[in-house]
Amino acid sequence: MAHSYTPGLTVTDYTVVRRRRVLPLPGTVLVKAGDQVRSDQAVARAELPGKVYPINLANQLSIAPDEIKEYLVKKEGDLVQKDEILAENKPLIKWFKTEIRSPITGTIESLSTVTGQVLLREPPRILDLLAYIDGTVVEMIPRQGVVVEATCSLVQGIFGIGGEVWGEVVVAVRTPDEPLSPTHVKGEMAGKIVVGGSFLSAETMAKAKEVGVAGIVVGGIHDKDLRALLGYDLGVAITGTEQVGFTLILTEGFGTIPMESKTFKLLSAHVGQKASISGATQIRAGVIRPEIIIPRAVKPAGAVTQPQREGIRLGDTVRIIRDPLFGRIGEVSALPSDLTKIPTESDVRVLEVMFPDGSRAVIPRTNIEVIEGA
Amino acid sequence: MVPAESVKIDRPLNVIVATDCGSTTTKAILIEKIGDEFRQTYRGEAPTTVEAPFEDVTRGVLNAIAEIEELSGRKILDGDKIITPCRDAKTGVDIYISTSSAGGGLQMMVTGVVQNMTGESAQRAALGAGAIVIDVLASNDGRLPHEKIERIRSMRPDMILMSGGTDGGAVTHVVEMAEYVAAAEPRPRFGVTYKLPLIYAGNTVAQPQVKKILGEKTALEVTENIRPVLERENPAPARHKIHDLFLEHVMQQAPGYKKLIEMAGAPIMPTPAAVGLIMETIARREHLNLIGVDIGGATTDVFSVFEGVFNRTVSANLGMSYSISNVLVEAGLANIMRWVPFTIDEQTLRNRIKNKMIRPTTIPQTLDELQIEHAISREALRLALIHHKSLATALKGVQQERTISDVFEQQTSGKTLIDMLKLDLIVGSGGILSHAPRRIQSMLMMVDAYEPLGFTMLSVDSIFMMPHLGVLSTIDEKAATDVFVRDCMVYLGTCVAPIGQGKDGERCADYEIAFPDGKTVKDQLKFGELRLFLIELTRKATITLQPAKQVNLGAGPGTPVTREVQGGVVGLLLDGRGRPLQLPADQPSRIAALTKWFSAVGLYPTASE
Repeated sequence: MAHSYTPGLTVTDYTVVRRRRVLPLPGTVLVKAGDQVRSDQAVARAELPGKVYPINLANQLSIAPDEIKEYLVKKEGDLVQKDEILAENKPLIKWFKTEIRSPITGTIESLSTVTGQVLLREPPRILDLLAYIDGTVVEMIPRQGVVVEATCSLVQGIFGIGGEVWGEVVVAVRTPDEPLSPTHVKGEMAGKIVVGGSFLSAETMAKAKEVGVAGIVVGGIHDKDLRALLGYDLGVAITGTEQVGFTLILTEGFGTIPMESKTFKLLSAHVGQKASISGATQIRAGVIRPEIIIPRAVKPAGAVTQPQREGIRLGDTVRIIRDPLFGRIGEVSALPSDLTKIPTESDVRVLEVMFPDGSRAVIPRTNIEVIEGA
Repeated sequence: MVPAESVKIDRPLNVIVATDCGSTTTKAILIEKIGDEFRQTYRGEAPTTVEAPFEDVTRGVLNAIAEIEELSGRKILDGDKIITPCRDAKTGVDIYISTSSAGGGLQMMVTGVVQNMTGESAQRAALGAGAIVIDVLASNDGRLPHEKIERIRSMRPDMILMSGGTDGGAVTHVVEMAEYVAAAEPRPRFGVTYKLPLIYAGNTVAQPQVKKILGEKTALEVTENIRPVLERENPAPARHKIHDLFLEHVMQQAPGYKKLIEMAGAPIMPTPAAVGLIMETIARREHLNLIGVDIGGATTDVFSVFEGVFNRTVSANLGMSYSISNVLVEAGLANIMRWVPFTIDEQTLRNRIKNKMIRPTTIPQTLDELQIEHAISREALRLALIHHKSLATALKGVQQERTISDVFEQQTSGKTLIDMLKLDLIVGSGGILSHAPRRIQSMLMMVDAYEPLGFTMLSVDSIFMMPHLGVLSTIDEKAATDVFVRDCMVYLGTCVAPIGQGKDGERCADYEIAFPDGKTVKDQLKFGELRLFLIELTRKATITLQPAKQVNLGAGPGTPVTREVQGGVVGLLLDGRGRPLQLPADQPSRIAALTKWFSAVGLYPTASE
């Protein structure tokens, strides 16, 4: 197959990203094309319809559904306060009087003479959609949102949890293979994006929560610690809405895996700068990977945006993404075109990787990731 | 399943190119008429391009077809166009057809009045049309009205199917559900501004009220009742409507699909609907009861045809890559570990499974990794069949005539239609089964997961071309059947599994096999044994079994049975492990048993190979 390789995650010092910021339902766009926006600025607003409460008046008043209009005190479209009388019967003896009161403050949305139901709706809730990244509005999507563009450094992670947050980048470890321990997490890291090394333990997660860090970027974690953090076993990798106290981004995977040195160097170079991060991951029907976006005002000298890659070449730096050599990094030293039998007896397309110590290994092409621009 | 809506093509079809646009890969095959029969000749594949940066599904289609061009030397593409019809022997194709499950397939929500009656009927109709059912709402589903409304609001289906009530029955509950749906103002998954397609297939008397309540708020389509009377289901009109709306609304929202629809010479079908169609065709043609399974990366589809009744279910979160971690969640670690013939610590295994989930395109490189994936697939297959059995049932709520002999049976209506003893054929499909390095691996995975009883044939789809053949069968049944028989199905062989249990080493059955070459083998099958005999693909052998007195081969305990059995690329598997299959509880004995079984059938290469 011409395209038989896994494109790597983007780790680049300079690129231009565009993020579509779209409301979940039509609303008002608050900015215009060309506007500079900040990550915490609202760019669009929608009114989320309030919750609906059905009340079956016919049942409660013991009347036929088509009679409910005769018993209603209020009519369709009227505003009602909580505990205000909606409907009542008029018995001869007052003692038998039944009053139906509104359980909420809202409006009477509809009546049904077929079912005897009244639907009440709470007032709408305002939803502000924030810009998420510092940048420029480059496109308006009428009634829906905008596209924000930013020149930035970009690091894509492999997996994350938690939503969009922003804060100052702080690197807590000295080397990419150093695990992030509780002692690395200090009080002054509250509200910041903490970059760790190879591993995040359950103890460090607890400390991070206690301190109130905004986000953590780290090489790997154990699945059991993730389960403890979430309170359940994650079955399908569709994330982004978890609320565990901070947003977590893994750059490498599950287990103790040193952060790729290019990623670590890049993040280290931006200490003290503001980053917008999102843990949202979706590895199915439209891949979304977690990301760290560090906007930059000026283009670094000699930087070029990387073109889309078309395939894999000799000399490319690759990371092995499957056991037994999971996490090892090397250079492509041969690209045989014929199918090769691997120990499982499958005939697959392979490549040869040479490691820094000069040793070589034959790996299925689907089991490597190109480290872009390494 | 969507019944074949035959498309009239007025020219001879000799060269056909078909694609299936999956969530990750677009697979193209070339079918050519060679002599009098159709054969699948070349295939190509390319990543699906529904997502950014391409956002145009036709790019992936053209890339996959370009690969066929390279391999076959036939010129099919003229820029972005497919050349139809054929201009000469090496240029063009007569028709292009396609199926699609890209973008997560067709996601539907269904409603009914009584959950296990009209709710289930609606669910079966939607599943049969190739949808993933994301929720079933019913008047008696235990949720409070406001919870139902919240649920409808939070879901973003591609389409809603409403059913409920028999024709002429009470309207209140159906109208009530329509009111909930209207109040929730459901929005579609794709496209913020267009109206959500909604099919009403309930009590005909309630149609005017439903139109009044939902006509403005949704793209409402009204069709015949799915359950006109309690005793009968009528899913076909609703399935047709689902298919129409899938093409008219849902696919129009997906990137590049307008172009794809224009390119194709026949309506694009949802992939599972096409697979269901071909399964139903095989069952009808061969007069078989069958179970078909398609285990993919994200979902596992199970199809069955028993006594002519077709059913399909989809286990949306059981799969071998994207959903692999969910198999662990649903099956539990112990159930997966029981199939692994070595020890591995829990943390390592959990991390490995999660790493496969986040890097779903990787493949096992070592034998132990392969064995772990096969263990997981057994559990995914098993759970998906349990799910299927619960929905492939006789109609519930139907009055049954009982005789005095039924008094002690306590059987309720709605018994599952899946009778493993009457099952003739299991058809496996999906990467883990189609691409297993040894065919016996696919066979044993299915045998372990499904525990077939008595005599059962097994087969796999060679390169996953059932979707293509399903859609092809709507325009040219002969071409579809030719390719299906000659190139698609790989018969693995027959499994003979006596029902009953006994201690390891005890007699299970005496057997005598008369092979096609005249040779006979006479021996005893003991409990705890697996035995494999080679019988060529096109040949048959005759086997006579005399089971032990507590053992049943379908004719009753201890009753001898003689049957002709079909050979295959694997052969005849005698499974003396007992039914229900029980693995030793303690780890060393379990590993020893697995090792013995695996080596008895040559499941994996040994150190000496």
